[in-house]
Amino acid sequence: MREIQCKDIIETIKTLCIEATSILPQDVYESLQTRYEQEDGLLAKKTLEVLMKNADLAKNKMMPICQDTGMAFVYLTIGQEIHITGGSLKEAVEEGVRQGYQEGYLRKSVVDDPLFDRVNTKDNTPAIIYYEMVEGDTFHVKVAPKGFGSENMSQIKMLKPSDGIEGVKDFVMKVVNDAGPNACPPMVIGVGIGGSFDKVTMLAKKAMMRDIGTHHPDARYAALEDELLTKINETGIGPAGYGGKTTALSLNIETFPTHIAGMPVAVSICCHVARHKEADL
Amino acid sequence: MIELQTPLTVEKIRQLHAGDEVTLSGTIYTGRDAAHKRLIALLDERKPLPFDIQDQTIFYVGPTPNRPGSVFGSGGPTTSGRMDAYSPRLISLGLRAMIGKGYRNEDVKQAIMTYGGVYFGAIGGAGAMMSSCIEECEIIAFEDLGPEAIRKLKVKNMPLVVVIDSQGNDLYEIGRKNYLNKK
Ligand code: SF4
Repeated sequence: MREIQCKDIIETIKTLCIEATSILPQDVYESLQTRYEQEDGLLAKKTLEVLMKNADLAKNKMMPICQDTGMAFVYLTIGQEIHITGGSLKEAVEEGVRQGYQEGYLRKSVVDDPLFDRVNTKDNTPAIIYYEMVEGDTFHVKVAPKGFGSENMSQIKMLKPSDGIEGVKDFVMKVVNDAGPNACPPMVIGVGIGGSFDKVTMLAKKAMMRDIGTHHPDARYAALEDELLTKINETGIGPAGYGGKTTALSLNIETFPTHIAGMPVAVSICCHVARHKEADL
Repeated sequence: MIELQTPLTVEKIRQLHAGDEVTLSGTIYTGRDAAHKRLIALLDERKPLPFDIQDQTIFYVGPTPNRPGSVFGSGGPTTSGRMDAYSPRLISLGLRAMIGKGYRNEDVKQAIMTYGGVYFGAIGGAGAMMSSCIEECEIIAFEDLGPEAIRKLKVKNMPLVVVIDSQGNDLYEIGRKNYLNKK
């Protein structure tokens, strides 16, 4: 049994919120650099250069890379031998987000009621929290602030098994074309296949957050990842949608067993500001 | 690079073509969907708008809070399509330019062509850099909306690209076609 104090959780989440919104993950930054070198259009190249300079500036000044500092998605992986003391875990997470968004001068973008009132909660809570129980005594936190310019362009479809591989490809391409310039390309894309209506969206998010350049362990899916990324970069949408060969930096796939009658597919679209930061306590 | 100074008259914007790179200096206003909804409500009630929109520019942005000692936080463009329902009416009343990112619908394009307007793109996600172009910032309406309140900005050399010009040409279509033709 290992004890974890709520006050340490608050502190960790606060720091992760601030760092995640100001420091672009290294894999995303390196991918921008590589794509910049390969890009040949003048405006496309210039746009990628601006994105890298912007990331440098944000890091040096510890200011948000993008003004949409998002809703805070918090993923907790908790070992079954962990004992949390000094308060409520959920409240600790909310307090960490509250303090992070306040002290980091991050934008508060959450409204209390989605349909009728839409009044800003002014502290960016509630966060969207996921708990996963595992064996052992680990306590892992991942904070992923996600902007809604790209979140709004994500889609799910309950395909039929007979739609097959082509069905998956067509749906992914449709989502990318619909997103176009709205999602602040170059995009970072996660595709979930299998599971159920709810599970598949989680898979897509997980895929979206997987490091750029990593592949699905099954070679057939790994090949599909490469094929789709190539196809997406042939659409010509380009950086900022101004035309060019860099429409997406990565496309990752995550899968899960599914029902005999179904083949759910979800596409999680993220912009190049693919923020996430994690820590162990 | 074309240097533009606000207010933007019809004559000035008729010279612009989709794909042109420009820098914009002068006074502009901020507004997102919540602010637009209120502007339209004011018009419906025949009340005056908080600023005279003739020849003016609206930047679709909701900045992060500024730190002490700085004028503006991070502030790149938000998705313009959410303003499509409101823009044609404002354009018909004299609004000249809009700054944002993402697709506009046919109604907005039509209004831009009919009344002489322009839609500029700012690079989405480059919010930290944008703040260095902003010299003054003052909230002039709807303060309760927080990041969505209308701000009057004084900007200097804001880097923009013409996405939809007054003839209705759209860089999101042309840029893609040009890239595909080159291949
Ligand atoms: S889609 Fe991403 S880069 Fe674009 S405004 Fe939203 S958070 Fe920023």
